[in-house]
Amino acid sequence: MTKLGPSAEIDWSNDVFREMKAREISLVATVPDGGLTRLLNMCEDDHATRVVTLTTEPEGVGVCIGAWLGGKKSLLAMQSSGVGNCINALGMPATMRAPCLMLVAMRGQWGEFNPWQVPMGGATRPALEAIGVRCFDVDAPNRIGETFAAAADLAFHGGFATAVLIGQRAIGAKGFGRDD
Amino acid sequence: MIDSLERRPLVAEVLGERGDALVVAGLGSPTWDLFAAGDRPENLYTWGGMGLALPTALGLALAVPERRVLCITGDGEIMMGIGSLAVVANQAPENLAILVLDNESFGETGQQRGLTAGPTDIAAIAAGAGISATMTVRAGNQVADLAQFLFAAVGPRLAVAKIALTEEPWALPEKDGATIARRFREAIMGAPRTTDR
Repeated sequence: MTKLGPSAEIDWSNDVFREMKAREISLVATVPDGGLTRLLNMCEDDHATRVVTLTTEPEGVGVCIGAWLGGKKSLLAMQSSGVGNCINALGMPATMRAPCLMLVAMRGQWGEFNPWQVPMGGATRPALEAIGVRCFDVDAPNRIGETFAAAADLAFHGGFATAVLIGQRAIGAKGFGRDD
Repeated sequence: MIDSLERRPLVAEVLGERGDALVVAGLGSPTWDLFAAGDRPENLYTWGGMGLALPTALGLALAVPERRVLCITGDGEIMMGIGSLAVVANQAPENLAILVLDNESFGETGQQRGLTAGPTDIAAIAAGAGISATMTVRAGNQVADLAQFLFAAVGPRLAVAKIALTEEPWALPEKDGATIARRFREAIMGAPRTTDR
């Protein structure tokens, strides 16, 4: 099992946050994931960034579209399991040609301990692509920032739904105490 | 028990007090009602995305805090995304009001019985979610108060209008999502000056 340690998470979270600020992405809608903890904490601590905690991920698609209609850039951050909840909702940005930028922490792939995560982990990218979302996989922590920037620019300049899928290899698999 | 409160005159009377408010309508009849009351660029019509009218209105309200935002939706649509009431309560946008047109039925799909025909009370759920300003309207003489409730006080607030199950004449607005979204966005922000969206 790959264990990258906390410094890798600090680095890529800083990178993503910097790219968010550079693009004035000022709203983050989320059902949290452990792999996004540091980034979400940075957003919570930043007075210029509003964190909208959701009950279920498709709400975030609506929130992001509504924010865009009002001239504000936003991000939907979630775990791969949440992607499955979003599929019909993602028809809305496709129909409206509205940007919808998603940051997805993958589960159910590299070194997964919990078999319940595996089906949706495997279905995440095909399901997103089936509803028209442009997907960007990234496994190397030092490339997450630039990948996020590319996905954000495609979303906001082109009016596309885009998703950055941060591989479990980059985040580190959760061990539930087995190997921590 | 529902009396004779009818959706089209109710929506038209409420919207007579809208001023410069932005209105997001849920799919189906609320969208037809909004269009029937008078087409305006400040109307966001939806034809899909069931459950997302309120989250969309929330995102909009957070982005333009200086404008009143009204979400008009139905009982079936808001029940699908009922958790959004808790999200709204936690964000507490002072400019957001919600009007639920509750005919206790899935009117668009054959008038099947809805959950609010039973013991479920959307205004009570909203209060429990943390939206303290709620109102339930059952009669025509309450509609003026309803308009005041929705437009003249600090949000977030939610009103349920118990309406009759009627079949209204079709009033179908623009259907292309990109056209609807572009017109609405330009009504708020003006025409785009750069290629940056």
